[in-house]
Amino acid sequence: MTAMSRRITTEGRISAKEVAHVARLARLRLTDEELERFAEQLGAVLEHARDVEQLDTAGVPPTAHPLPLVNVLRDDAVVPCLDRDEVLAQAPEVEDDRFRVPRILGEAP
Amino acid sequence: MSTVDRDRPNPSTDPAWEIVIGLEVHCELRTATKLFCGCRNSFGEEPNTSVCPVCLGLPGSLPVLNRTAVDYAMRIGTALHCRVQPSQFHRKNYFYPDMPKDYQISQYDVPINADGWLDLPDGGRIGIIRAHLEEDTGKTTHVGGGGRIHDAAHSLVDYNRAGVPLVEIVSAPDIRSAEEARAYVDELRAILVATGASDGKMEEGSLRVDANVSVRPAGSTDFGTRCEIKNMNSLRSLGRAIEYEAARQMALISEGGTVAQETRHWDEGGGRTGSMRSKEEAYDYRYFPEPDLVPLEPSEDWVAAVATSLPRLPADRRAAVAEASGLPAGSDAVATVVRLGLDHLVDAVVSAAGPPDAPSVAVRRLANEVAADPEAAASLDPASFARLVGMEAGGALTAAQARTVLKAIMDRGGEPEAIASELGFEAMDVSDLEAVVEEIISAHPDEWSRFEAGEDKLTGFFIGKVKAATDGKADLKAASSILRNRR
Amino acid sequence: MTSAIETAARVRAGEGRAADVLEEHLARIAAHESEVHAFNLVLVEQARAAAAAVDEAVAAGRDPGRLAGVPVALKDNLCTRGIPTTCSSRILDGWKPPYDATVVRRLVDAGAVIVGKTNLDEFAMGSSTENSAFGPTRNPHDLGRVPGGSSGGSAAAVAAGFAALGLGSDTGGSIRQPASLCGVVGAKPTYGLVSRYGLVAFASSLDQIGPFGLDVADAALLLDVIAGPDSLDSTCMPDPPVQASSRLGAGVDGLRVGVVEELASAEGLTPPVGICLREAAEALAAAGAKVDEVSVPATVYGLSAYYLIAPAEASSNLARYDGVRYGKRIVPSPDADLTEMYLATRSEGFGAEVKRRIMLGTYALSAGYYDAYYGQAQRVRTLILRDFEAAYRDFDVLLAPTAPGSAFPLGEKTADPLLMYLNDVCTVPSNLAGHPAVSVPFGTDHAGLPLGVQVLAPALGEAVMFQVAAALEAAAPAPPVPAMRRMGGPA
Repeated sequence: MTAMSRRITTEGRISAKEVAHVARLARLRLTDEELERFAEQLGAVLEHARDVEQLDTAGVPPTAHPLPLVNVLRDDAVVPCLDRDEVLAQAPEVEDDRFRVPRILGEAP
Repeated sequence: MSTVDRDRPNPSTDPAWEIVIGLEVHCELRTATKLFCGCRNSFGEEPNTSVCPVCLGLPGSLPVLNRTAVDYAMRIGTALHCRVQPSQFHRKNYFYPDMPKDYQISQYDVPINADGWLDLPDGGRIGIIRAHLEEDTGKTTHVGGGGRIHDAAHSLVDYNRAGVPLVEIVSAPDIRSAEEARAYVDELRAILVATGASDGKMEEGSLRVDANVSVRPAGSTDFGTRCEIKNMNSLRSLGRAIEYEAARQMALISEGGTVAQETRHWDEGGGRTGSMRSKEEAYDYRYFPEPDLVPLEPSEDWVAAVATSLPRLPADRRAAVAEASGLPAGSDAVATVVRLGLDHLVDAVVSAAGPPDAPSVAVRRLANEVAADPEAAASLDPASFARLVGMEAGGALTAAQARTVLKAIMDRGGEPEAIASELGFEAMDVSDLEAVVEEIISAHPDEWSRFEAGEDKLTGFFIGKVKAATDGKADLKAASSILRNRR
Repeated sequence: MTSAIETAARVRAGEGRAADVLEEHLARIAAHESEVHAFNLVLVEQARAAAAAVDEAVAAGRDPGRLAGVPVALKDNLCTRGIPTTCSSRILDGWKPPYDATVVRRLVDAGAVIVGKTNLDEFAMGSSTENSAFGPTRNPHDLGRVPGGSSGGSAAAVAAGFAALGLGSDTGGSIRQPASLCGVVGAKPTYGLVSRYGLVAFASSLDQIGPFGLDVADAALLLDVIAGPDSLDSTCMPDPPVQASSRLGAGVDGLRVGVVEELASAEGLTPPVGICLREAAEALAAAGAKVDEVSVPATVYGLSAYYLIAPAEASSNLARYDGVRYGKRIVPSPDADLTEMYLATRSEGFGAEVKRRIMLGTYALSAGYYDAYYGQAQRVRTLILRDFEAAYRDFDVLLAPTAPGSAFPLGEKTADPLLMYLNDVCTVPSNLAGHPAVSVPFGTDHAGLPLGVQVLAPALGEAVMFQVAAALEAAAPAPPVPAMRRMGGPA
């Protein structure tokens, strides 16, 4: 995006359909009542954020991080790993020293 | 009439179509530890024994970048003629059980390496769009249903591989055939191994290839809709998958259909690609800058040090062998010598400063006899080899004799002169050879008359007689020049 | 109550025993914790063992450390090896971290005695500690009111005298606002001064761990103990840390103090807050500081930018709670697939506020909205940094309210998220800039409830920040003391 102006606006409220889509992305199952309420509340927060949305920030670089640090690196030296029993003791379900999960319906993207 | 099956046009030969291929190669780096933690990076450990809070994505843990992984990534980028540039890490967000944080730390709009190329042995050049750093995922095993994901009852996850450093090398869509794709991966593997960054083992998953395949009418400059093919575990399956997928797309378009942009899975046993689409909607990775890591800005000194520390790369070595031998850089013999790492033996021949055609003789011997026995090749003494090649090129041994002596050296070692003498391969004196030729001429006056009259094909007749009369010891090149001079 | 500094000095000198100090605090906990609910877990046995170890060290002539025998309360989003770390969320049910946070190691090394894990708004998302899966914490000054949040448990524990010091985390005001509401000192250090390793992340580019104390000197000492480089956190500064305690007694003569106009007149501020701020400014002027008003224009966008950035990062940080490796897993039916397990686990494991922020953040990062929301908020962050930089060319420190008002009644703001978010209006600019800020008790509202004012400083300006805070403390009217803290104090 190299436009002179960074003035970007979105249309007012967020719809229940959009809320449902976002919930799927976030792996949250919402009741119809929650969908409705979240649509309204998220809409209110985004409405409050309009000042930011409408601000002209042409030529202003983003700050992802307040720190001026670069190149924080460690040496390629082996450090002891965790004990497997301790790791697996925390798992909801274990089989053959692995973490067991219910059947997966799709390949990794 | 074409015999191509309507349903399965042969994509390699059908002149009406062009295949367009771009490859994404994931290369595991040979570091001692993982990308963001000090856990061992090794293949084949007991499940979940090489894990810590960081690579398990435990709450509160934070990544710290491995300097050697960065160095290896820069070596790869430099070897692929990329621009090594300041970069940052992003989070790629999606849910999958092999990914402990449910996001992958990768690079997005500013990768560490960008805009390079790779030269194929046959002279072709393939563009490299980017080569970026990212972390590997864990390994999922599907239980029940024959181990296939869709039929499995449940799955098991081992996180030993989670967080292993990867460089993903993305080619431009410059590849035009399955054969070229294989050549690209082969060459890339040689480069990766040469940089020291990778062991290049496809069978252990150190090198994993995904292919973006589309087809278009020959002569078109537009790109067709592409499909991404995953799960090819060898160069052979890469070639088969591309051929299959291209044929599938051609058939689809020929029948008036359209190709859907999707990811497809190569089924090695069934010899086909299948759609991976599940009921999940399209992915939205919600990339954003990884706040737990700071930007990476390799200094000019570091970039320069990486460039100077790189060994000679396959393309440069092929050029060197070609120049020394006078053979074309794109020739199979030169490519074989370099692929098998035999070019130091050519160097030894060049240093020995023997007859002018000794280096080309050396390349022929290396690409044939030596290449056939790579194990013995490794212990071949360069000085002995250089002397043997000198003897052949200088006429002291015939080609057949030289092959025999070479095989003997490779089998049991020893000096070429001693072995030649032991086998009775004494070089025949030129005057002795002239006497043999005279005898043969006297014994075959008719043939000689015809030869004198210009019937050149009789050269072979006389050479054959010389060979038989000398038990193969004669330098046949010398014999034919005697014949020509005598005419 | 004696200060932490005095306690440590007495214990180190062998004039008092760590065990006795601990028992005194445990007695207050026994008497009043059921009313306050500051803790998710009180570590009675571990604390007794730690106190005994300190006493043994003193007896053996070994240096027990700068915090010898000082009882410290830990916010329950700091990892403690083998001890449940819940973030006040059901989704971490039963999880025991296999490692200690860096700050926990530093506390133990300094001889501190960890008395317990304190309550918080789930995953530190909130301003009242009402969003806890284990029920709200109450304000020791008035049990019908909230302690603020999200570090409400640590603030309340210190205010109630359950611990001499507390650790919290501050992403948008989560240390300073509860400090203000509970009448204690609370500081958010410069981003990168304290290691985040072992702090369960909310918003990684904003989170910082910081101290609570009954007075400025105690808070500064605790910060000095936990600050410093850590090879386990890439975002932790590699240089030797600034000494927060180094200029505590230096006064403010000649220092330039700017009152931030935009924050002094921010949305939703109650009148007593304005009065206290003015009195604080006058007190500093009387002590010799040059006080003036200053405009930091971009701070008015702080709250909006914060409520885009923090949820965005949170939506990613909280993805890992999926029921696969640790914590809660809910399988809704015997033949449920992975996605159904994810949905059930996350929908039942997270509370409403966490879900709301995950939704907001996922939306802000999703395709088509990134530039308008997350990208734009990051640009606003640049503007805020620039405006602060300009202000610090003319001023050594800045002064602002901490919270819009005093402690509010439980339940008052839970129905309206936006109203709750307004609590953070004066605190979020420091997080966005990565700058330090401290809240110091200064005056009360009409009901006698404590109020705080904030001292803001440029990056790594902790020494001058605490210097001014100490002067404010010296000039402040005597702060109210909750009755329960007076109980069982040393003679």
